[in-house]
Amino acid sequence: MVASRAIGSLSRFTASRTLRCPGYISRNFSGSSALLTRTHINYGVKGDVAVVRINSPNSKVNTLNRELQSEFMEVMNEIWASDQVRSAVLISAKPGCFIAGADINMLASCKSVEEVTRISQEGQRMFEKLEKSTKPIVAAISGSCLGGGLELAISCQYRIATKDKKTVLGAPEVLLGILPGAGGTQRLPKMVGVPAAFDMMLTGRNIRADRAKKMGLVDQLVEPLGPGLKPSEERTIEYLEEVAVTFAKELSDKKLSPKRDKGLVEKLMSYAMSIPFVRQQIYKKVEEKVRKQTKGLYPAPLKIIDVVKTGIEQGNDAGYLSESQKFGELAMSKESKALIGLYHGQVLCKKNKFGAPQKDVKHLAILGAGLMGAGIAQVSVDKGLKTILKDATLAGLGRGQQQVFKGLNDKVKKKALTSFERDSIFSNLTGQLDYQGFEKADMVIEAVFEDLNLKHRVLKEVEAVIGMHYFSPVDKMQLLEIITTEKTSKDTTASAVAVGLKQGKVIIVVKDGPGFYTTRCLAPMMSEVLRILQEGVDPKKLDSLTTSFGFPVGAATLVDEVGVDVAKHVAEDLGKAFGERFEGGSLELLKQMVSRGFLGRKSGKGFYVYQEGVKNKSLNSDMDGILASLKVPPKSDVCSDEDIQYRLVTRFVNEAVMCLQEGILATPAEGDIGAVFGLGFPPCLGGPFRYVDLYGAQKILDRLRRYEAAYGKQFTPCQLLTDHANSPSKKFYQ
Amino acid sequence: MTSILTSMFKNLPSTSKWALRFSLRPLSCSSQLRAAPAVQTKSKKTLAKPNIRNIVVVDGVRIPFLQSGTSYKELMPHDLARAALVGLLHRTSVPKDVVDYIIFGTVIQEVKTSNVAREAALGAGFSDKTPAHTVTMACISANQAMTTGVGLIASGQCDVVVAGGVELMSDVPIRHSRKMRKMMLDLNKAKTLGQRLSLLSKFRLNFLSPELPAVAEFSTSETMGHSADRLAAAFAVSRLDQDEYALRSHSLAKKAQDEGLLSDVVPFKVPGKDTVTKDNGIRPSSLEQMAKLKPAFIKPYGTVTAANSSFLTDGASAMLIMAEEKALAMGYKPKAYLRDFVYVSQDPKDQLLLGPTYATPKVLEKAGLTMTDIDAFEFHEAFSGQILANFKAMDSDWFAQNYMGRKTKVGAPPLEKFNNWGGSLSLGHPFGATGCRLVMAAANRLRKEGGQYGLVAACAAGGQGHAMIVEVYPK
Repeated sequence: MVASRAIGSLSRFTASRTLRCPGYISRNFSGSSALLTRTHINYGVKGDVAVVRINSPNSKVNTLNRELQSEFMEVMNEIWASDQVRSAVLISAKPGCFIAGADINMLASCKSVEEVTRISQEGQRMFEKLEKSTKPIVAAISGSCLGGGLELAISCQYRIATKDKKTVLGAPEVLLGILPGAGGTQRLPKMVGVPAAFDMMLTGRNIRADRAKKMGLVDQLVEPLGPGLKPSEERTIEYLEEVAVTFAKELSDKKLSPKRDKGLVEKLMSYAMSIPFVRQQIYKKVEEKVRKQTKGLYPAPLKIIDVVKTGIEQGNDAGYLSESQKFGELAMSKESKALIGLYHGQVLCKKNKFGAPQKDVKHLAILGAGLMGAGIAQVSVDKGLKTILKDATLAGLGRGQQQVFKGLNDKVKKKALTSFERDSIFSNLTGQLDYQGFEKADMVIEAVFEDLNLKHRVLKEVEAVIGMHYFSPVDKMQLLEIITTEKTSKDTTASAVAVGLKQGKVIIVVKDGPGFYTTRCLAPMMSEVLRILQEGVDPKKLDSLTTSFGFPVGAATLVDEVGVDVAKHVAEDLGKAFGERFEGGSLELLKQMVSRGFLGRKSGKGFYVYQEGVKNKSLNSDMDGILASLKVPPKSDVCSDEDIQYRLVTRFVNEAVMCLQEGILATPAEGDIGAVFGLGFPPCLGGPFRYVDLYGAQKILDRLRRYEAAYGKQFTPCQLLTDHANSPSKKFYQ
Repeated sequence: MTSILTSMFKNLPSTSKWALRFSLRPLSCSSQLRAAPAVQTKSKKTLAKPNIRNIVVVDGVRIPFLQSGTSYKELMPHDLARAALVGLLHRTSVPKDVVDYIIFGTVIQEVKTSNVAREAALGAGFSDKTPAHTVTMACISANQAMTTGVGLIASGQCDVVVAGGVELMSDVPIRHSRKMRKMMLDLNKAKTLGQRLSLLSKFRLNFLSPELPAVAEFSTSETMGHSADRLAAAFAVSRLDQDEYALRSHSLAKKAQDEGLLSDVVPFKVPGKDTVTKDNGIRPSSLEQMAKLKPAFIKPYGTVTAANSSFLTDGASAMLIMAEEKALAMGYKPKAYLRDFVYVSQDPKDQLLLGPTYATPKVLEKAGLTMTDIDAFEFHEAFSGQILANFKAMDSDWFAQNYMGRKTKVGAPPLEKFNNWGGSLSLGHPFGATGCRLVMAAANRLRKEGGQYGLVAACAAGGQGHAMIVEVYPK
């Protein structure tokens, strides 16, 4: 079936070309029998240029898996052996994707460092052949060109990319806890310079085509075309191919040199990089920055620096060897497994498992133009949703409209939008004080109260109501937690998920219960935060303990950011609902803070003092009295720094597992995504469930038991966690 | 349309060099293009409609269209418009006080004469009791001026309207930067020396960098030539096809000029210079020479060059439109009827220049005609690639079905009836004035070549378009 599809596409390819330009011969050197076995790649010849088209069957994207690689090399060998062919163009037949990267599952199936290292070395050898090709190879890039795809592209002699928003180049390996393992760490610095290469490999950021051109990552841009005699995407790919073929011809005719003219800045930069002292300084600077940001919790960035350094200082051979070895080590690391797990989870949470809703939501109405309401409006209007933003007062509404405008205008400043696009998007927003037009809205999002009880009552009353728990700031936080009740229809859920996906969210769908999933996990940890503070650990210390464990924001700062009044509210509500298990620190602490007006960042004071323009916040000295009056003695056997970290994390993990046990969560993957994207659970641990799997349920259980002995029921491990500890083969992820 | 401006600035040197380098060598390729008037029955004998006034073109004129920076470069837009109006008065001998209203189209506005229609009319000696206004709709501004006049007459508000258009690309308003303007305005308001000094202290050198008229389509920031190149690529129009079409336009224009067919041209005695009697942008070359030019917008592999694009032009046109009964009562023998017309608009990014494709079937349908009823096509040629892309789009069922919501294609116009006396590529394209030239070319061609119906169509910046049916006045 796969084979027949490939043949079908090839014959189409042949017919359309021969019709338009008679000089074009489609040929398959290996004869038709080999054709049948080729599923990922086909090729034809235009004049003396071979056009190699990549098109993995049954997939929206092309990934470099073993099959594709071997077919690719087979084709390339034929091209190199052929007398008729003098140059080649590599192109994808899929408009939105050149090559999205290497096949992650290929790594997952490996059992040892050596096995992964061998994969890396195979990749290195393959791309070295491309690099040394005497017949120029032009990579014609449209759509994502990431990871292994980028490594392939930079091994070619010339790169042409469509200047399309969908066309991005990048080395995102670091985000998966690994490094570019097919020569990327060695080629990229030579191509774009050491600093830019570090930036790409250490941040994993996507680079748009026009930026890539400026950096020297691509040589030519091709403008995307509008519709002609066929759909624009199809014609654009064809056009890209036509342009690439002319460049390939010129390269093989030596009318064009693949060497790029470097600008003055670039020349100066490469001169500076020739001085060992400068290089050492750069390595040092980058390493310092990485250490500061990763707190040593992520091994990949440091290894990337190391591998690049080896290549530059000790030559190619040492560089490639180091790259493949470190690649192997990283791929087998827990951090990488955690990050790859998150990647899979994210992919899962970007799909609507409830199917397509009966009615597409096109008109949205949002009640409340506060931070949340306006944030939701912002991520809706720019996706083309007609949105009504309603508030009770003109001042409140104006503030909300300004928030939406500012969000869009910031994108204009970053050149992600034109001012015209901004204005056109902004016209999707209608601000109003009345309910005019609400009858036409396909969905109304209420973003007024933080009163959980009220939300609950409302939730239970109407069938077509569903909870959508956004996280502030909405335009930055990726997570959306959707809450369903017994009465929620599948279509309502599908509709809410569809809207969330349109807004660009990763979505977890949970059952209704006090605190839903995310708030419920956070509450016991916050309770522990209060106790730790009462035991005399100062907020700064606590912050540093939590961030060094991998949380992006310190625990005390988090309370300030969320708002002390909100924290108090949640603690009271959930305390009532769950009783003893949610106890720990004294609620009195929060109550006194609220009564003194220390509401956190929004009021200027919380645990810290916040001043406009002051970067290093200082402790709020007025808190000393409150903390002193509520002081409790620490228990000496469970108050080491490490214990403090684990007291926080184990309560979090235990509650998360309990949510799965009680059916609040449908899958562990959603639990991990919710914890990491909504609450900042350390990504290097992969989320509470992945963490249990990777580090062992028994270890966590042991800790809980020890803390239980000191503090009681708050630390009693739940049944599911105990089950996992009792049978080590039991895993949340099989 | 303003978008062409700066991109063409860049082209200008190469264009003029190009014109100098090659001798003007007319190609005798037009013989097979001259077709005998089609002898066939029309879908309709006339487009006259019951209870609607017939509107006629008594006559229309234009001053010679010149490449900008040549003989008109010292003048102001209203000078050109005035010359066209004087030419019209001379040609038609219309009594000035009969004219009810004057409308002119223009695109790049001279700030001093923002209502250029009024300034030109006063200067041309029209009655100061005749109101005038100026319209702007990019390259179809003159079309808008004409159809506004048609509306005034059809609704019974006027009997006699002068419509025209003018563009002077030799001089364009280059402004101070916004920051500088703001400072100058604030200085005006400052009362004390202290206030003035404090304002002046905020001056920065970059305030002095001037602001050129927009280089690009405002909504997309894309220059028109760039969009034309993408359009040509989208429809797979080759460089050679484009060059061939441009050569055809220049050759036909040259022939028409030589044979004296461009009878709408009136001479213009430019103050301090010789009398200008003919268009100066017509320069038939050879395909070999054209092939040597580098692409002007999408570099280095695009297909739109200075040679297959219309060039920056100075010029003006004017036309006398009347209710038929008024014209007859005054003893005129009109040249043509102005019949059904449409305006269309579409995506300004990817379909910027496809106006004729959208407008043609719509106006035909409105008039109850088919393509075969049309004896003379006069389309505005912004770029060779644009014309050829429109042909392909009009000839595509796929495009008609997917983008125009039509069941079938309208079909491309037969080349032997198409722009037979040259077009904007060769005659020039003063943005605001081209519309009247198209209508007069259609009318004059129908009278000369025979035939009844002409179809005028044009694209315009902003992704807009226009088409109108011109019916020859029975002899």
